[in-house]
Amino acid sequence: MNIIVCIKQVPATDSVRFDPERGTLIREGIQAEINPYDLFALEAGVALKERYGGKVAVISMGPPQAEEAIRDAISRGADQGILLSDRAFAGSDTLATSYILSMAINRLGAWDLVICGKQTTDGDTAQVGPGLSARLGATCVTCVEEIELVEEGVLRIKRRLEEGTYTITASLPMVLTIEYGANTPRLPSLRGKMQAKKSSVQVLTAEDIGADPKKIGLSGSPTEVSSTYVPEFKGSRETISGSPEEQVDVLVRIFREAGVL
Amino acid sequence: MDGGIWVVGEIRGEKIEPVTLELLTRARDLCKRISSPLTAVLIGVDVEDHAGECMRFGAKKVIVVQDKVFSPFSETIYGRVFADLAKRWRPDIILSGATERAKAFMPISATLLETGLTANCMGLDVEPDTRTLLQTRPAYGGNLMATIVCRKAHPQMATVRPGVFKARPVEGDVGGEVEAIELPDSILDNPFILEGFEEKAEAQGVPDYKNAKVVITAGRGVAEPGWIQSLQELAELMGGVLGATRPVVDMELLPRYAQIGQTGQIVSPRLYVGFGVSGAAPHTMGIQGAKIIVAINKDASAPIFNLATYGIQGDAKEIIPILVDRIKQEKGIN
Repeated sequence: MNIIVCIKQVPATDSVRFDPERGTLIREGIQAEINPYDLFALEAGVALKERYGGKVAVISMGPPQAEEAIRDAISRGADQGILLSDRAFAGSDTLATSYILSMAINRLGAWDLVICGKQTTDGDTAQVGPGLSARLGATCVTCVEEIELVEEGVLRIKRRLEEGTYTITASLPMVLTIEYGANTPRLPSLRGKMQAKKSSVQVLTAEDIGADPKKIGLSGSPTEVSSTYVPEFKGSRETISGSPEEQVDVLVRIFREAGVL
Repeated sequence: MDGGIWVVGEIRGEKIEPVTLELLTRARDLCKRISSPLTAVLIGVDVEDHAGECMRFGAKKVIVVQDKVFSPFSETIYGRVFADLAKRWRPDIILSGATERAKAFMPISATLLETGLTANCMGLDVEPDTRTLLQTRPAYGGNLMATIVCRKAHPQMATVRPGVFKARPVEGDVGGEVEAIELPDSILDNPFILEGFEEKAEAQGVPDYKNAKVVITAGRGVAEPGWIQSLQELAELMGGVLGATRPVVDMELLPRYAQIGQTGQIVSPRLYVGFGVSGAAPHTMGIQGAKIIVAINKDASAPIFNLATYGIQGDAKEIIPILVDRIKQEKGIN
């Protein structure tokens, strides 16, 4: 099976801090990591390869330093890495991102399966995977927990929706998005790390993938941020002071006013 | 072309999802402001019977597409059908609940329509002059709210978190037209063969976090068995549920299902009280729907204080025993 896993480098969630005065992200000290959801996608891809043969290519769009995330993925069992990096990609929303990924995937040659994480921890939209399926004209399955090959070109999939888990079979090619916690992502192996070190990550630009400049970056993104604000719940962030007893008195009054006592 | 706002109905099993009625309620206010018609769209195997309910919540027209091809749920099929309908009627705005199904098919529709889609909105408004939908959603774990617009493409599409708006039926007479549509020719067979369905194991001791009125949360600051037990008691006294942040669950002080946040339970209680919770982004993502947030933490710079309605800068361990006693008194328990 020729498998493509899409990953994104995101700020490590524990390192994200925020300036409430200015309403901005504090960029200092932010560490980058593979989007935690994508680790389950990568594990699903590598496990399929080990069981049924084939290869796993990892693809990511991002700044040059996103190459680290790709090498990290190679150390966790991917065979090949492709980084889509170009200033012209900056500011892409999910519509433009799915276009860019699809243009690159169409240039990679024959593939059977594209696997994405369910969503990212930074954007939190869950839109790129399904959008990509529409671009590629392939069947989409989200919320995937288990995958097995039934026969050549046919997968059996368990997917969890709100009311329960459905078992379905469907034919390749497909785009899957993997549920958080669907498997146990492996850690980088020593062999993997060596592999990652000597692998060459292919870097492709907008021109390399033949992307239409009007469909990428800010100009290719119909959504835009019109304003931001720091949410103030009820605009009354009140500090309760006093001794613990006095503070509890206030809490009880708040609970009563909230109608929960 | 009649424009207007579309609300995509979701019918699961035999029931219409509450979020559909919440969205119809919100959308009918928006429609008034821009003098636009409100349409509900129902697609599925057997959905026609729910048209009346959509009208009771404000839909003037209900578009129904009924066919066996819609089972089992395939986002590819739904996505294509909605894109097809939207091309035909050209609504200004399409809204749906941020449910698993809609989060899967709305991006497919938006991509086929080459338009924008904003996920997990918590606020919706319109600019009357331009009919621009103002879509407000959390960013960075709710430390920042961003208002998104889509001026360059049409329709404007958004998914909205369940429970954000209150559903209110229309007062007085209601009525409208039902338009049953044949399946577009472009729709082929369902790509899935259904082999089985396993209903979600219902609450084997798993509390109902989603509908809880009170959520008590244990954070790293109280990560010891004794304090967890006290908070469990407090939660029970208040008729609420006990949740935890990730570190507490990782320490196995509470089961995995108790984890509240982006990758765990999303709650929207009347009252949330965090004990020793610092408020890292993944956690706060799960509590933005709370009406009142009370935070108790030693660290004055803990990010949870940015979200809190009320904050106590102090040791949660000093508060817990006193609070438990006081609540017992309130309840007349000694």
